[in-house]
Amino acid sequence: MSERPRPIEVTDPVTITVDGRPIEVQRGELLIDACERNDAYIPRFCYHPRMEPVGMCRMCLVEVDTGRGPALQPSCMIPTAPDMVVETASERVTKAQDGVLEFLLANHPLDCPVCDKGGECPLQDQTMAYGPGESRWVEEKRHYEKPIEISPLVLLDRERCILCDRCTRFASEVTDDPLIHFINRGSNTEVNTFPGDPFSSYFSGNTVQICPVGALTATPYRFRARPWDLERTESTCTTCSVGCRVTLESSRDRMLRINGVDSDPVNWSWLCDAGRFSFEATNSEDRLTEPLRRNPDGSFSGIRWSEALTVVADALRGSDPQRVAVLGGSRLTDESAYAWAALAKGVVGTDHVDAQLGDGLPAAVFDLPGATIDDVCRPGGTVLYLGPDPKEELPVLFLRLKHAAQRDGVRILEVTPTATSLTPYAVAGVRPRPGELAAVASVLAGGDVPAEGVAGVPAAELEGVLDALGAADGPVSVVIGRPNLAESAQVVLDAAASLSALPGVRFLPVVRRGNARGAVTAGLAPGRLPGGARLGSDDHWSSTWSTVPTAAGHDALGILAAAAAGEISTLVLLGADPLSDVGDRALVDRALERVDTIVALDAFPTASVRRADLVLPVAVAGEVDGTTTNLEGRVSRVRAKVTPPGTARADWVVAVELARRLGAEWTARTVEALRDELVAGAPQLAGTSWAQVDAADDGVVVDLTGRGFDPGPTAPVPQIDSYSLRLVLSRELYDGGELLARSESLAGLSRTPTVGISVGDAERLGVSDGTALIVRGERGSLTLPARVSSGIPRGTAHLVHRLEGSDPISLLSADEVACDVRVELA
Amino acid sequence: MARFSPDNEALARRIVDRYPVAKSATIPLCHLAQEQDGYLAPDAMEHVAELVGCTPAEVLGTASFYEMFKLHPVGRYCLNICTNISCRLLGASELLARAEERLGVRAGGTTADGTITLEDVECIAACTEAPALQVNYRYVERVDAAALDALIDDLRSGTGRAEEFPPHGTLGLVRQELGPDDLANVTPPGEQVEPVWFARNAAPTDEGAS
Amino acid sequence: MTDQSTDPAVPRVVSSRFDVADAHTLEVYRTTGSFPGYAGLAAALERTPDEVRESVVAATLLGRGGAGFPAGVKWGFCPPGVWPRYVVVNGDESEPGTYKDRMLMERDPHQLIEGALIAAYAIGAAQVFLYVRGEMPHAQERIAAALNEALAAGLVGRNILGTDFSVDVLLHWGAGAYIVGEETALIESLEGNRGMPRLKPPFFPAAKGLYMRPTIVNNVETLANLPWLMHHGVDAYRAVGTETSPGTRLIALSGHVRRPGVYEVPQGTTTFRDLFHDERYGGGIRDGNELKMFIPGGASAPWFFPEQIDLPLEARPVGAAGSMLGSGAVVVMDETTDAVEACYSLVRFFARESCGKCTPCREGTTWEEKILERILEGHGRPSDIDLLLDVADNISPGPYPVAADPEHGLEAVPFPPKQTTICPLGPSSVAPITSAIRRFRSEFEARITRRDLIPVSSAAPGAAVTGGDDV
Repeated sequence: MSERPRPIEVTDPVTITVDGRPIEVQRGELLIDACERNDAYIPRFCYHPRMEPVGMCRMCLVEVDTGRGPALQPSCMIPTAPDMVVETASERVTKAQDGVLEFLLANHPLDCPVCDKGGECPLQDQTMAYGPGESRWVEEKRHYEKPIEISPLVLLDRERCILCDRCTRFASEVTDDPLIHFINRGSNTEVNTFPGDPFSSYFSGNTVQICPVGALTATPYRFRARPWDLERTESTCTTCSVGCRVTLESSRDRMLRINGVDSDPVNWSWLCDAGRFSFEATNSEDRLTEPLRRNPDGSFSGIRWSEALTVVADALRGSDPQRVAVLGGSRLTDESAYAWAALAKGVVGTDHVDAQLGDGLPAAVFDLPGATIDDVCRPGGTVLYLGPDPKEELPVLFLRLKHAAQRDGVRILEVTPTATSLTPYAVAGVRPRPGELAAVASVLAGGDVPAEGVAGVPAAELEGVLDALGAADGPVSVVIGRPNLAESAQVVLDAAASLSALPGVRFLPVVRRGNARGAVTAGLAPGRLPGGARLGSDDHWSSTWSTVPTAAGHDALGILAAAAAGEISTLVLLGADPLSDVGDRALVDRALERVDTIVALDAFPTASVRRADLVLPVAVAGEVDGTTTNLEGRVSRVRAKVTPPGTARADWVVAVELARRLGAEWTARTVEALRDELVAGAPQLAGTSWAQVDAADDGVVVDLTGRGFDPGPTAPVPQIDSYSLRLVLSRELYDGGELLARSESLAGLSRTPTVGISVGDAERLGVSDGTALIVRGERGSLTLPARVSSGIPRGTAHLVHRLEGSDPISLLSADEVACDVRVELA
Repeated sequence: MARFSPDNEALARRIVDRYPVAKSATIPLCHLAQEQDGYLAPDAMEHVAELVGCTPAEVLGTASFYEMFKLHPVGRYCLNICTNISCRLLGASELLARAEERLGVRAGGTTADGTITLEDVECIAACTEAPALQVNYRYVERVDAAALDALIDDLRSGTGRAEEFPPHGTLGLVRQELGPDDLANVTPPGEQVEPVWFARNAAPTDEGAS
Repeated sequence: MTDQSTDPAVPRVVSSRFDVADAHTLEVYRTTGSFPGYAGLAAALERTPDEVRESVVAATLLGRGGAGFPAGVKWGFCPPGVWPRYVVVNGDESEPGTYKDRMLMERDPHQLIEGALIAAYAIGAAQVFLYVRGEMPHAQERIAAALNEALAAGLVGRNILGTDFSVDVLLHWGAGAYIVGEETALIESLEGNRGMPRLKPPFFPAAKGLYMRPTIVNNVETLANLPWLMHHGVDAYRAVGTETSPGTRLIALSGHVRRPGVYEVPQGTTTFRDLFHDERYGGGIRDGNELKMFIPGGASAPWFFPEQIDLPLEARPVGAAGSMLGSGAVVVMDETTDAVEACYSLVRFFARESCGKCTPCREGTTWEEKILERILEGHGRPSDIDLLLDVADNISPGPYPVAADPEHGLEAVPFPPKQTTICPLGPSSVAPITSAIRRFRSEFEARITRRDLIPVSSAAPGAAVTGGDDV
């Protein structure tokens, strides 16, 4: 199997004897891992290094002698102890393992030729390696109806199942979604769901990956290829910013499958289903395949790249640099982001550059002392969680935090506007009113607790979190992000400013978009140079580039405001769709209206792309080489596995070509060169050269030392309107985003939009689940069914961004710290 | 009806409260549901899941493990004939065959009128009284062909001995009475509290170990 | 129906109220029997918990559930200072041939409750769970009624007998699964899960049991000994039975004897011959037939044959002779018994009751059953006998415990068997196979090669619905 033992640091070595050979192992580590690490692989089916051992399949039986004579023991359940003597290939062991294999094969169908797993099947492989030549089983085999759909993404052929408990254990132990279970008893045992209650877990695809036979198959892959036809390369998932390590698997230049790779500091081999299956969008018919130019009548015509580039170069050359802006870039590789930063800032000379769309975190958060996921999850630690629902936005980070809380004694203190998927694992939590997070943060950082409470949080609840924080005897880390898109990012910065006073505190900034941190670090942020240095504080780029901006430019909302005011002539959208994502629809609309030339680099015809004057088709994940930076600041390789459709190309190629056309003396012509050019000018990125990152399977973490965090001007505290509910706008994993909408298997999975309200407000309004409500803001209104939840505090209305049939950003205004809405019966 | 009636739900909650961990009440609650409906309906399993705080799949996983839980409707009387060793030595196989013939169903089947479900079961701990059977888990011992015939007649007509057997699903007719105030709750789960009487170990009695 | 011995030389430690009317009520329990009800608890509460445990160690009270481990020693395995602790009463009696715990629960429930309280006092338990087999509603009723009486009388719950000893006692019941008699499976079941055994190591209940807390699981009969023991003292207890196996045992004697019944016999001083032939007990083989074989300790025990009839009912000699006393279930089979069908009936049981958790038991027991079924149906193959033995060997790597066979010069293989499985259920299925084939291989061969030799009964499920011949 592709799993490997968890990396282990031998701090307490003991010597055991394996097959006559003394080996040094960590005291107490599982024998099966100790042997594998020392080249004595023991066959197994049920054991998985990332789950609790269960000793069920009995394939890993070995003879263990601890002084009382040799006995057959499952090596997955036996901790190593001094002087243990182990035989992994004795006659008795071989007989027992042969017996187990024969038992497993007794009822296993011989449909390997039509089974997806054939060719990469542990049962098949171990039968070849260890099994008897032929079966003595002459009885009728078990039969089941096949296959059954246990979720929209996963199919189950029960007769192939060897009841190893991997999928069911994963569901209950790793994700707490025990929707699949052993049913019935003895030789009639099967895995199944409860009727009408499918295995709709965000992590269901992992069960397919860990199934040691072909019992579980994924609908996007079933019958699409044979393992020996697949070509594989290792890469990093950029669907969100966790940066899970993956294998990209293709056949005949078509992406067919993505599997998780066990990266110890990151994803432990797990993936969410969005990351696993959204590659389908790569193969979408909607892909942009050639440059397009808008005709006067509004239609688009294909043009040649050279022509298109000339048009763009002319638009850039012809504008005052202050009238050029670049929006987006969070989906780009580090190198593409750097190329665009260098083009905008070092060639064109504009600082109106922002990789994010007002829904992420300003570059300043990366100046805070940083924490890795491992730092946050370190056993015994304490975590202040101020982020979005991690299961919805950063699913594998949720798995890590949940594991830390459940198994490693990490205490999570949740400070979020509504309950999240982490709430059941948190030891304490408070729900500050949106817009007033900073007040709570300042109390947590050592302020007094006013008797009347703070930000709508009763004093007693605050005391509870303070007590838990005071009891922390390990490191405190803060996970900080945007739980509410209807709340200004400044509120988060203000909270961070207070919390940075906690002794030894470190921050893990979480943003959803895949390479937001990398793009910002590469320079796609106003006021910043590649590597994160502030404008004017650095000599390298000013001596390298022909021009360097002198004053900080606008951020995304500022760029759009300037554009709306007629101050921007040329706007470049780097995979950005502000019409769909920026929390001020009217503003974006006016901005796009007034800009002279909109250039969109994108893979899909998004709402904003349709407003562009020139559209340049670009490559997506799986089609480009480079590096990406996850939320921790971990730089790891992404690799190209398939060629982009048509003439689509990597974003950096476009930047480099434009720079050449603009007469820049810029010689980098490869991603390797771009990477090294970026690293050479960025001390923070020391150690992340192309060669270094390329050689590091788990990537390389940038320097996380704090660098003079400046939150900027504090956000005003919004007035309370007692007739209104304050809006919380969050994201869900399956939303109407471009990738998901174009992934056939995932597109139908998003939830029906609702407006969430507290039990108290529901009583006040006299409504229950499903009652139609009107959510009315100053900018517009929505009619949605009510969802009454105990996880929502009184005075709060909860909406979800970008679900079909709901457009909550139409309610938002860019210049407000928080958004109040009236909720009434429709 | 398949979810608990209000009275049964109240009883179910009282049962849950007696356990340190709610999920422990799964089997007693499944029995209660079966007592209510005669079998364990899907809606009932969902209700049990809500009450013990787990998923319906987990309740089904537990319930389907145990042969007393019938996931589909069965007869008013489950006639369980033991065919394990002690009973078999004294004619249980013949008894079962006779019951199959008399009832016109194979073991596992239910008579067309829905009265009797016949089962071929393993040891019911009446080995010295073999051959033995149970009707809705009430014992009938040292059964011969004539006694079996008479019993079947009674069950079919609902008279005679049939009156001794409450409908399928009903187990003990006496329930343990244990309210929340009756619990001593010596050491709540999750707390490291030594029971008070353990302090006696520090000062042994004069007698010592006898 | 107990046909109990009335030999005054044999104290009735646990069965003294079996024939007393209304012994299940508190009133009668207090005033009849071989000790006054709840006097044993009162005696225990006058000592320290450690002293109580030490007396149980000194008495060498061996577990009566099957494994025969000393109860007091087991109690001592609770790691110090870890709370809460639990006592779980194993009333899931379902080993074929076994019928004694049900009798103890139905006829003398207070004795069991008193015993459980003594155990709870000794280990410092916060709660006692009385896990009664699901198919025993009468036992459940009797225990529920007894607990209700006991609660009202201040005998369970807070400040028992006016002392600082308090413990909650909860009646719990199963739903039909033999494997739940295995202590870790019983704990899983009590947690609301499928009754699948846990692995030992690391999940020894005394350290990591119910809810991963220290838990003592004791059999009903084991605990029922405690009130008498506490009341009469260690010396009186040790005066019965033998040095290594003191006290009495309840034996369910079933099968082809004239007087099947449940008998309380002193351990070690009674032989199987006494049990089968003595008029106080079995009164002889039925119809004057010859003994063919007998199971000395429940379906999991390898068979004995006439040569073993003079062995005493005592764990050590029985174990050395290749079997076990197990759960006190003695099944007698006379010359008319078909060894293949007897074997099948026992193997079918284990196949049906396999929990399915580990591969060798789940697949192996079913395979054994299917092979035997084929042989019984007349579809056996000559290779099936060796195949059966090899499948069995893959569940329990040999040599498997078996009795001596002097006629063929074969020696006994002592108990216990080895296993590739998690728990002993799978290896138990091997007992009838090894026993039957070694002794009666010719009967198997006859079934395979000469189908007309032995009448075929309607043994197999799915067989035609007709009356069969006598077994």
